[in-house]
Parts: sequence; structure tokens; C-alpha cells
Amino acid sequence: MKENIVIIGGGIAGLEAAGQLIRLGYSPIIVEKQDHLGGHVAEWHCLFPDMTPASDVVSRLTENVSEANIFVNTEILFINHLKDSYNVMLSNGISIVTRIILFTTGFRLFDASKKEEYGYGVYDQVITNRDLEQWFSTGNDDRVNSRELNAVGFVHCVGSRDEKAGNGQCSKVCCITAVKQAIEMKQRFPEAQVYCFYMDLRMFGKKYEDFYISAQRDYGVRFIRGRVSEVSENIEGKVIVKAEDTLAGKPVKVTLDLLVLMAGIVCNPDCTKVASMIPLQMDSDGFLKSRDNIMDITGSSRSGIFYAGACTGAKTVPETLAEARSAALDIHNYITSSRI
Amino acid sequence: MMNFGFKIAPSATINLDNVDMEKFTLLHEMEPDVYKCMACGSCSATCPAGRFTGMSVRKVILDLQRGREKEAVRMLKGCMLCGKCSMVCPRGINTRHLILSVCRIYNEDKQ
Repeated sequence: MKENIVIIGGGIAGLEAAGQLIRLGYSPIIVEKQDHLGGHVAEWHCLFPDMTPASDVVSRLTENVSEANIFVNTEILFINHLKDSYNVMLSNGISIVTRIILFTTGFRLFDASKKEEYGYGVYDQVITNRDLEQWFSTGNDDRVNSRELNAVGFVHCVGSRDEKAGNGQCSKVCCITAVKQAIEMKQRFPEAQVYCFYMDLRMFGKKYEDFYISAQRDYGVRFIRGRVSEVSENIEGKVIVKAEDTLAGKPVKVTLDLLVLMAGIVCNPDCTKVASMIPLQMDSDGFLKSRDNIMDITGSSRSGIFYAGACTGAKTVPETLAEARSAALDIHNYITSSRI
Repeated sequence: MMNFGFKIAPSATINLDNVDMEKFTLLHEMEPDVYKCMACGSCSATCPAGRFTGMSVRKVILDLQRGREKEAVRMLKGCMLCGKCSMVCPRGINTRHLILSVCRIYNEDKQ
């Protein structure tokens, strides 16, 4: 069973796939660019729809990979295509010859400062979904003044469904994340007015609709249908948000103490770089192209290269985990069928 | 002030900072489900009075939250309390009961 399996990315997809491969008797190698495992989920406070602590998820996944070879703070320098295998050169000087590479390179959050009209990086009171989540975890963020938090706004679809921003896709998880974060703000500041500015609310997953109804009925979060057009600052240092209330057919404006931008999901540029070394095809949405988007989402057009998680598009945590398991099984089948 | 013979039209912008939510809070206490409206419009589509009078429950709920109480109360005058909207509401809001509560709270000072 001595078969090298290189997993690029130590986020939840990489961890789950590695855990499953270990259980199947293999010894996978995880290459992680950052200094910690768990990727984006490790930076999150809690997860919808049951408010599961994100750290629980990451620590459970990490426990399962204690036998794996893990390289953190390590990048892929280059990948050479040999006759029927790949030579993967790592930044720590180690080179691995393998027949199998699993991409679990994940996503990157859209850079909200690109939408200049929303004022991220310009006004102090404008933060992103990730900033807020870190504030939930640490309580440290000078931009969040918890003593004076009477009105909070959430802007959906920042860098999603926005062709001009270079990302026409729906990022899928931000609607429900906004609802979750709005509820958390209401729990911390029951007297505050919390507004969500949305185009559509896409509550596709298990219990999401219940979560949305609860935000409305139990927490009084106010949903305003209309995309925010611009954000400005008033003399008191608060932000003024302008949008159209498309249900009323009228322009609407409101003064807020904090504005949270729901930054969307784009393909990880590091993933694009590594993919170009093999090379792998990108799909029209900017993510890695699967062999088949229905029947074979974890397979690539090249033999021995597999995908799992958000490298092929925005995904929820359970979807990513399911895909990682499925990729592990695909790899197992690939190894056993080629051995005959 | 110079008289030019015309005036600038008042801004149509709804300023949420100035909306007095006191009555709506009272309404919410009596009708907690009022927050559940997602403005799907099935109430308005089924309303037999709507096409003649402009009555629309979803618009009433929205107007009340946007400080347009007079418009909401005026719209409610077209309601015949037939209750068809209660039957179609996917969120199960008792719209007929809600309309009566709105009348009770907002009609007091004969707007």
C-alpha cells in the first residue's frame, strides 16, 4: 500500500480526504501554504444552521489525520509531468514523485475593496463577513464600537453575481451567512436595528429557510430588497447607505454604525497557478473544470488528478466534506483498478 | 426667498432614520407574524378588491415599516375582509386578523 498521495491544501476538504484515505490504509501527504490547518473554517466562529463552533469541526478533522505527513508553511514550487506520474517540488526542498494529486485548494474571499463604492478600506465602519466573524471569535476590532451599535447593515452579493467585478457566479453561502451573522448581532445587541440588503435570498440548504424565518420573526431582522448603490460617511463618522427598496419602488437611505459586506467566493489564485503547471483546464466560472459537472465532479480531465471542495465552485461545509469522502473513494478505486 | 413660480419636488427617498416604529412595535406585539412576510405577493394576487382599489396586504406591511402609514391606512379602506389572502399566504400569516389589528392601532387618530 505504499503509494504517495499528495493533497494540496489543508483546509477541511484536504483534512477529511486525508482522514478517509488513512482509514483506507494509505498514507497521504498534506501540503498547506499557511501555518495552520483548517483553512477558512479555522478562521470562522460558528457555522450555520445549528451554530456549531467552527473550532470543533476543525479539531475533529485534525484528530483524524494525526498519521498523515503534513507540511505547513509550504508551497508548491513546480510540478513536472513524468511518464505516468508527477514530480511535485515543495518550497521546503522536498520533492515527491506521485501518481495521484488531490486538489483541495479551496477558494478566496472576494477583495471587497474592489467595490470602491461600498467603502471597504475607506470608511472605518465598513467591514467584511470575515472581519465580523473574527470579531465574534476574538472581540478585537477597532472598527466595531460595541458601546454604540444601534444600527447595523449587511450587504449581500459583494463581488458575487457581479460581472463587472469579474465574478458572475452566486457565491451560494453568503445569504445564509448573512442571516446567521445578523442573528448573532441581534443576540449581542437586541436593541439594535439590523438590516439586510439583498437581491434574492437563496435559502437552499437543510433548515436554512427556518433560519431565515427565525431571523425575521424571532429577531426582527429587517430585510430590504435592493442592492446597495453607494456608501458615504457623515460628519459624526457614521455611514449612510443608499439603495432602492425595490418592493416599495422607492429609493431608501439609512444611517448605520456598522456595515458588513458579504464578500463572495472566487477561485483561489494559488490554485490557478498550480493548475497551470500540470496544466489543468479552468471552467467558464473561473474554478477548476471537473471531468463532468454532474457525474464526475471530483475527477479532472487528467488521469490521477482529483478535486474536492471549493476549488470547483462555492460549497457549504457539509458539501465539501461529502465531496472529500467521495474523492477519497475515487482515489482508492483508481489505485485498486490500476493495480490489476 | 426668490419666487421662480415653481418648486422642487419633495424627495421620494425613504429615510429609515426618521421612521417612527412605535406603532409598528405595538402591532408586532399583537401580531408577531407580521415580521414573517417575505413580500411574495400572493395575497395581492388573490385579492378581489386589489384590482379595483389598489389594496395590497404586502404593500400595507411594507408601507408601515417605511413610515408611509397614511398610504397604508388609505389602502386598507379597499379591504372587504373576505380572508382570501389568509388562505394563500405561504408563511401562514393570519392576514385577516392582521388587517383588523392594523386598523385598530393606526386608525385611532383618524389619519
